[in-house]
Amino acid sequence: MTSTTGVLLGRLMRNITRSPDTIITVAITPIMMLLLFVYVFGGAIETGSSSYVNYLLPGILLITIASGVAYTSLRLFNDVKGGLMARFLTMPIKRSAILWAHVLTSLVSNSIAVAVVILAALLMGFRSNAGILEWLAVAGILGLFMLAVTWVAIIPGLTASSMEGATAYSYPLIFLPFVSSAFVPTETMPTAVRIFADNQPVTSIVNSIRVLLYDETVGNDIWVALAWCIAIMVFAYFIAVNVFKRQAR
Amino acid sequence: MKKIAIGVEGLKKSFKTNRVLVDVDFDVQNGEIFALLGSNGSGKTTIVNILSTLMKPDGGKIEVCSFDVLLQPDQVRQNISLTGQFSAIDGILTGRENLIMIAKLRRISNPAQTADKLLAKFSLADAANRRAEKYSGGMKRRLDIAMSLIGSPAVIFLDEPTTGLDPESRLEVWRTIKELAGGGATILLTTQHLEEAEQLADRIAILHDGKIITTGTLTELKKMFPPAKVEFVEKQPTLEEIFLAIIRKKEEL
Repeated sequence: MTSTTGVLLGRLMRNITRSPDTIITVAITPIMMLLLFVYVFGGAIETGSSSYVNYLLPGILLITIASGVAYTSLRLFNDVKGGLMARFLTMPIKRSAILWAHVLTSLVSNSIAVAVVILAALLMGFRSNAGILEWLAVAGILGLFMLAVTWVAIIPGLTASSMEGATAYSYPLIFLPFVSSAFVPTETMPTAVRIFADNQPVTSIVNSIRVLLYDETVGNDIWVALAWCIAIMVFAYFIAVNVFKRQAR
Repeated sequence: MKKIAIGVEGLKKSFKTNRVLVDVDFDVQNGEIFALLGSNGSGKTTIVNILSTLMKPDGGKIEVCSFDVLLQPDQVRQNISLTGQFSAIDGILTGRENLIMIAKLRRISNPAQTADKLLAKFSLADAANRRAEKYSGGMKRRLDIAMSLIGSPAVIFLDEPTTGLDPESRLEVWRTIKELAGGGATILLTTQHLEEAEQLADRIAILHDGKIITTGTLTELKKMFPPAKVEFVEKQPTLEEIFLAIIRKKEEL
């Protein structure tokens, strides 16, 4: 690829493939969580579903993506602090390509991480009777979620004054699935927690992926999930692009 | 024919209530090395950022290669390159990959060949396939400057090119900049060190309290001060001279 975005994407992907710690954090950590919950806690968790790994997988995939986008913030932060951003901005290249290269890098690397985690789940007994259309729909929802949280991640990447600041936002993002239907059914939670869990974006996304993978009854979840993803994406995109324009004149 | 490469007239810039640049005027001729000399925080970097289209001025008429930095930033970017205060390199990539990346972004027809030529010119050929983060400070700086030369920009900004370098690396970078001077590009460099301006620049402007207080060649500046007196002073070697002498002796062995 010789286009500006292509060259910048190639550079960022090389950064990932040469940083073992990125690969370990993004793909190995969710697999460890999967192992921990399926083989240690899983036996004691009553979900009403026959296989806990089936129940757990959608939430783990969201955690995979949430921890993956933290690296988007980090890479962007390093570009800004290290001066590469200033170099790119003073070159005769398309400015939008600079941010889009980071967004595409996030999509590619997170997709690989998600695929690796699904493979690991298959080895641990995950099975789905979903057809190709359902799988495409799952990919669509996950892709939309990736885009939404990536644009959220761009904002601290551009504005943070320290490395810790650039990635701190990802902790609540990784924690959000725990207070949702990802690990246990929300019915078991105290009312206040349950109201929060039922109405936060992760629950609707997790539920709609379950509907697609395991043929459960289709509810409103999928529309609520799509609305959340699109709303977050549009909102974060608008802020991120504005911050970028202000910083880059 | 002497043409003006950089024209700055009445440049003003404040950050909130802090007036960094009050009223800055200077011109840089085509092909000369021009040094902006000033202490820390005097606004040298702000001037470079405004000239390189990273920052908007509050007022003034600022032109680079006859293009207005406010109205024609795209045309300005076609003609400049910036070497900022920190080496703007991708540490994970090798030196060669860094150069190829910039060459591709500038749409040079043969990126690999361009990279190899520059690696040889900047004595980085041996380190070409090592990650740039493993380079010494001086090598990083040289790579950084090499990246700025790709596409033969008419104007090159060097913001404090030797800050943070050890004396030996500083001499290396000085040699590099002196070599650039023959290439026909206009170079605007900022520095806090009188010696650096003296060594490198055709003309020097001194920035103080948000204004250029004087501009001229070294000889012109020297004339403005009291005439030289002959005094007998025992000259002790500086620690820097001792350090460099020892290093060279080692290299000769």
